Amino acid sequence: MEKIHLEFDVDGRNFVSAGTATAKVKACLKEMGINPDDVKRVAIAMYEGEINMVIHANGGKALVDIYVDKVVVKLIDTGKGIADINLAMKPGYSTASDDIRQLGFGAGMGLPNMKKHSDECIVESEVGKGTTVTLITNLH
Amino acid sequence: MDRLKSLHTVMLNSERCKGCVTCMKRCPTQAIRVRNGKASVIYDKCIGCGECVRLCPHQAKIASYDKFEVINDFKYKIALPAPSLYGQFNNLKDVNYVLTGLKRLGFDEVFEVGRGAELCSHATQVLLNKEVIKKPVISTACPAVLELVYAKYKNLKDNLLKLLAPVDVAAKLAREGAIEKGIPEEDIGVFFISPCPAKVFALKAGIGVKKPLVDGVLAISEVYMKLLPEMKKIEEPEKLSKMGVLGLNWAASSGEAIGAGRPKYLAADGIENVIDILNSIEDGSLSDVDFIELNACISGCVGGVLNVENPFVARARLRGLRSKFPQTANTLTDVGKSFDYYKWEEEPDYTSKSKPVEDRQQVFNKMLEIQNLYSTLPQSDCGLCGAPSCRAFCEDIVNGKIPKDSKCLMLDR
Repeated sequence: MEKIHLEFDVDGRNFVSAGTATAKVKACLKEMGINPDDVKRVAIAMYEGEINMVIHANGGKALVDIYVDKVVVKLIDTGKGIADINLAMKPGYSTASDDIRQLGFGAGMGLPNMKKHSDECIVESEVGKGTTVTLITNLH
Repeated sequence: MDRLKSLHTVMLNSERCKGCVTCMKRCPTQAIRVRNGKASVIYDKCIGCGECVRLCPHQAKIASYDKFEVINDFKYKIALPAPSLYGQFNNLKDVNYVLTGLKRLGFDEVFEVGRGAELCSHATQVLLNKEVIKKPVISTACPAVLELVYAKYKNLKDNLLKLLAPVDVAAKLAREGAIEKGIPEEDIGVFFISPCPAKVFALKAGIGVKKPLVDGVLAISEVYMKLLPEMKKIEEPEKLSKMGVLGLNWAASSGEAIGAGRPKYLAADGIENVIDILNSIEDGSLSDVDFIELNACISGCVGGVLNVENPFVARARLRGLRSKFPQTANTLTDVGKSFDYYKWEEEPDYTSKSKPVEDRQQVFNKMLEIQNLYSTLPQSDCGLCGAPSCRAFCEDIVNGKIPKDSKCLMLDR
């Protein structure tokens, strides 16, 4: 199926610039005339993913495929990986450091929010190698 | 709406235009292209913010407004000075010098737009207290912001403050007052003295109203040049000013927001900041404010390109004038009109500017084509091709605005 493919580098350690990739995807969906609720869902889920990569993995890549009826966001990092994915999916569970928490991040809502605001959320991870989160959102 | 088509807010002096890309690169809606070595405005995309007029290093961009002489087409002339006019004069002791000066220039009556502003503030308070309206509420007094929302942020329409702008209210009251005095309607000419070209467009197109409320829109810069010598001759000015600090404050950013009486407000000025804030509202990340004032110009209306003074200087002067005004001089009860008097008479209509509606598949195909083309370009956004960015160049090709075989000069290098 035909798709619009976008690729972004997510800069690690930089909370201020986190979200730039999301903003570009949002603009693209808006231009397509996608309804605001769907745009918001994609934006929230992807933003959480970007932030996670900044907090836990020193950045990574965001690959986005926009189809006429769905958006597939792949967030790929080569960070430390997630030891227990089931635990990581629990709201409130976080391995973020105190420094990060003091900045208002690391509340343990990242992955749960990604799941909540997408139609499919696939987390693949290997400790020491990295994590790939795939978010699929259907467009109405 | 045919009346919109003939209205252009900025014109080009072709001789002065060097074809540099300054205006094109900075236009917030990418409404400028350089064609055959000259900057040309795509009026369907232009929101009249005046940035290109402000930025042009060669003064080739000219904001449109009516020549002062149009007032002579009417027997009874009413001037509506914007509050920002008061910030243009050095060492102004009393604003009545300005108003008396206007009368000496040929106006039979002056009606300060600041009076309309005070009424708009009160109407806003009433609306926010009584009616259920989507928060955060976005101000609509800046016509460039209003048009930007209609062009690019349609899903924020419900957040708009659906009230007339101060100049609309002032124009209605001034005209009705003259009619009550027994002056024949056809003899009355009402003229706004404007700080910006966006107001020229909005008033002439009659945005938010059934038919245009003013007979002409003059530029502060032109009126200033005529006023200055006239004011010097005044020994004792007439007591004409009837507004308060509340109205005066509307000349600069945050004045309207303070007047709305909401403690949790945000006031942003400068078109790039405005765009940032609109994006944040869309993202739902501004949940802790309930009133948002947006002005396209830095510092608000004192930053409009038809002013003569630097916005920060003008703002400082207005601050100095505050002690000479009462706090508020105009209230809804004084005027005695129903609340509907202050509401939009109709939904703002920019229809002649809107694009034909395409279905999602059509839009998607176009975007795919644009993206594929874009990936072959250097993405340096140099502007040499005459488009503000590589992406805009691709859009122009795909939308058939320029020939399919148009070349990127950087690629051929």
